[in-house]
Amino acid sequence: MHFGPHLLLAALEGLVTSAVLALTALGLSLVFGVMRVVNVAHGEFFMLGAVLAWAISTAISGHPSLGFLAALVLAPLIVGLIALVAERLVLRRLNYNPEATIVATIGMLYIIQQLALTFYGPEARPVEPPFSYRILLPWFGYSGYKLSIIAASALLLVATWFVLTRTKIGLVMRATQYDSETAQAFGIPVDRVYAGVFALGAMLAAVAAVLIVPISQAHYLMGQDPLLLSFIVVIIGGLGSLRGTVVAAVLIGLSDGIISVFFSPTLAKIIATLLVAMVLVFRPQGLFGTASR
Amino acid sequence: MTDKNGFFDLSKTGLTRRTALKGLAAGAGLAVAPGFVRYSQAQSSAPIKIGFQSHRTGIGAAYGRWYEKTTAAAVKAINEAGGINGRPVEVIIEDDGTDPGRGAEVVGKFATQHKTDIVYGTLFSHVVIGSAPAAGEAKMPYFVVSEGHHVASTKLNRYVFQPGITDVKSQIQSMAPWIATNAGKKVTQIFPDFAFGYDHRDYLPPALKAQGAEVIAQIAIPPTESSFTKYFPQIPAETEVIYHVMVGPAVLTFVKELGEFYGSNRPQLFGFIDSLEATDINSPGLEFLDGSHFWEGSPRYAQPDDSAAQKAYRAAVGIDDNGAAVGDPKDVSTAAHMFGCWETLYVVKKAMEDAGYKGPEDRAKLVEATEALTEFAEGPEHPQGPKTFNGKIHQCFGIQNISKVEGGRLNVVHKTKIEDGLYEPEGDYTTQPL
Repeated sequence: MHFGPHLLLAALEGLVTSAVLALTALGLSLVFGVMRVVNVAHGEFFMLGAVLAWAISTAISGHPSLGFLAALVLAPLIVGLIALVAERLVLRRLNYNPEATIVATIGMLYIIQQLALTFYGPEARPVEPPFSYRILLPWFGYSGYKLSIIAASALLLVATWFVLTRTKIGLVMRATQYDSETAQAFGIPVDRVYAGVFALGAMLAAVAAVLIVPISQAHYLMGQDPLLLSFIVVIIGGLGSLRGTVVAAVLIGLSDGIISVFFSPTLAKIIATLLVAMVLVFRPQGLFGTASR
Repeated sequence: MTDKNGFFDLSKTGLTRRTALKGLAAGAGLAVAPGFVRYSQAQSSAPIKIGFQSHRTGIGAAYGRWYEKTTAAAVKAINEAGGINGRPVEVIIEDDGTDPGRGAEVVGKFATQHKTDIVYGTLFSHVVIGSAPAAGEAKMPYFVVSEGHHVASTKLNRYVFQPGITDVKSQIQSMAPWIATNAGKKVTQIFPDFAFGYDHRDYLPPALKAQGAEVIAQIAIPPTESSFTKYFPQIPAETEVIYHVMVGPAVLTFVKELGEFYGSNRPQLFGFIDSLEATDINSPGLEFLDGSHFWEGSPRYAQPDDSAAQKAYRAAVGIDDNGAAVGDPKDVSTAAHMFGCWETLYVVKKAMEDAGYKGPEDRAKLVEATEALTEFAEGPEHPQGPKTFNGKIHQCFGIQNISKVEGGRLNVVHKTKIEDGLYEPEGDYTTQPL
């Protein structure tokens, strides 16, 4: 294949990765930024989203797009509810202690994973894409659905940005992130904000999973890679920075795509990890983060 | 040291001659008591315990589930026909998570905790390679159904056998002439990046070269990969045949993305059914496979010339004419591999009977009796076809099927002969001490 089309394919693949990664990492970043909780179970919320998408789309007969749309709405809501319960039952009782919550979310990771294994099973199951249009380029064919993932993710990111910066809910969240004690003193129900943020973070991961599951497959171990990549993105982008997270996701996604296509996927992971090390050494607050006070 | 209580002073204990006699009588009574006799009878009719190292979770889960179904069916048939040496067979299943480290632990658990007679049933080659040393150390006969060349390479140890399924080297050697003649001369290989894939990487190029064809590119993909399009640009444009073999939970994605990439304007495809095992070939997005060819150990779809034994085997395991579970057409089996479980258990039965196997103390005898086997005739015990067995390399040899995707099913278009897959042994396990 010539260089031009080769690069085009690499960029497309990279953008699809970026799109999904941006949503997943944004969820992690929000939780980290507002609650100072390292949610190790984040990847499992992603997996739950995919597994629920399979369950919902198989329960609804008729055109595959019906089942998919239902999954796109319902799966994140259910995952958000599960996250809310987990937050109330576990994180809140630990007073959001940073060390204790890491251990607790590791426990949650295993509980969710094993429950999925018990009730969903160890198989990888496909979800039919809502439409299967194949875009025919002169050099290769490309899935039209994959391109729609990029668009859908961009829309969701803009919506999240709008909520965070232009609404009262966003203002309350930012106030809590900036200084939770002062926020509480000004009458912000920090406790409820925490619950909402944790649920929202999980929902972002779930929606990313619903988008990816028609081109991947729902499997109980699928949460591991997104978790790792999300951490990489959050560290590079800067904690709690929406802009940093998106920029870092595009950077990591594109470099992953291009390096994977031209060299090897292993090299792409090596470089991403090296980048994390460099950021931690030279700019610990991340590319767009502000130094902690 | 003082002995205040006279604990060590035998003269102070009340051991009179009468007590001693009573003790003796009681002991003798116990020995002839009905309970004691029952116990010794029970030992000879106690079940033969087979430890089944199953891929219940992890990337091999689909195989594990069907290996369990096949094993249950074979054990039921064996027990209904009187068991092994008149003793029933009991299968104890442990999940290895398709993980080599866990696999070795499971073998240890069978040896020390369950005290099974043998260990059996492993598929994934990295788990076999990881578990074999543990089996050798425990002197535990280890019957795998793995397909990899590692057993026959004689790099493992004397306790590891593969009598129920042929190895990759033999499969490739017997199919290379067909590929070179019917598919094309310039071949690009796509294979999983671990032991099983390396067998394909190492043995296809020489096998094709002998037929005047060549491998022009080799693409290794990690078995845990979930997206594949990024690998396809590495396929050279002059490729005439794509030889693909993938494993893991994402095989359907792999084939779908291959279809998206090429559409109908594709090179010839020759795949190992592993790329689609446990997956419906009529899944949306797989239409482009029509007309392509697959290797199958045992055909997934019922064929017009199926033997009575093959039909009986399919009924016993519970798969319909499309190779899916009876009553659930979506639950597609791993038909191309799982017959190996059925056949391996019958080999174990034969070897145990030849050895007059009584219990774990006879494990060495069982190893020698297995090594002494030479052929397995086609029939109810070996429904896939006739096989020969080389006791020096612990490996069986049999026929291979090449099937074409036509009208939404796989039709066998070519069967190889046993001789096509024979090669010079690379070593001799029988020289190793037991």
